Amino acid sequence: MSLRKEHELHTRRKGRNMGVGLLLAGFVVLVLALTVVKLTSSNFTFPKMDSEEQN
Amino acid sequence: MSDASLNASLIREDDASFGDYFALLKPRVMSLVVFTALVGLLAAPTGVHPVIGFCAILFIAIGGGASGALNMWWDADIDQVMKRTKSRPIPAGKVDKGEALSLGLALSGLSVIMLALATNIFAGAFLAFTIFFYVVIYTMWLKRATPQNIVIGGAAGAFPPVIGWIAATGTMSIEPWLMFALTFLWTPPHFWALALFMRNDYDLADVPMLTVTHGRRATRKHILVYTVILAAFAIATGFTGVGGPIYLAVAVVLNSLFLKGAVEIWRRDEDICEADNFKAERSFFKLSLLYLFLHFGAILVEAVLKPYGMGGW
Repeated sequence: MSLRKEHELHTRRKGRNMGVGLLLAGFVVLVLALTVVKLTSSNFTFPKMDSEEQN
Repeated sequence: MSDASLNASLIREDDASFGDYFALLKPRVMSLVVFTALVGLLAAPTGVHPVIGFCAILFIAIGGGASGALNMWWDADIDQVMKRTKSRPIPAGKVDKGEALSLGLALSGLSVIMLALATNIFAGAFLAFTIFFYVVIYTMWLKRATPQNIVIGGAAGAFPPVIGWIAATGTMSIEPWLMFALTFLWTPPHFWALALFMRNDYDLADVPMLTVTHGRRATRKHILVYTVILAAFAIATGFTGVGGPIYLAVAVVLNSLFLKGAVEIWRRDEDICEADNFKAERSFFKLSLLYLFLHFGAILVEAVLKPYGMGGW
């Protein structure tokens, strides 16, 4: 099967790739936002290191 | 990527689009999951940060979508013979079964881990159990084994408000289980009404739907019995912690209409149904969609008004 320069398949795959790209970018933003909220919450404490617990 | 990679053997005219993969997640079921989980989360007595609340609902929805993809992977054989399901991405030849399986498993893992990280381990574990229940217990085991399949499937669809509540509180209490019971008892009359007017579908697929195993008369009787139990339960819920005057008013009106519809279905015979193309069954099914939406909507209104001294009793 020969392909024209701009086959409909290209458009469809481009749409798919764009969709996946946007989802991944959104996921990164979401994880960042979640991290900021968790770290700035009033009941957040840093976990103690093993060496600190021994001292 | 160059065009060299698009050799003839790899090109499929019906190559899946982004929307086809999204369709694997059963978006309409997902909208019910989002709404009921949101009500569970907002009706909980402890407030959550909006970002955490958003993440909780999103990952519960993705978990629900993952179950849908796994369900389509397993049921691809029967989906292709039923009119209602044969345009789904796998029977339509747009997505391979293996792709649906991979997507379902990947999203299951992602949603469970992310929900546990965003909220608490208990919520993550409960989401994992819900996916397991829907895919393994319902889809793989009981759907094709018992005519009570719809009742069991209803339980899986009823878990989201419980997960929403646990995500907010980290604990379990009676209120989310009242919401669970509402969806659980609503599912059988909702689906059996559908089975009555989509009758050939389940016959062809050889799924032991109640209409096939026990007959259409028995199904009509079952719809009435479940509706009576549901109505009593839904109105009684109005006097509990999640209810209030608004909920009670909504419940009384909707349950009266729902009972009227169920009695009508019970009284009708097949000749009348054929003559009017299942008019009563179709309108009962449509009402059932509104029924669940408005009940949960009323619970939400009660919860939202509570801080202002107006919701609840």
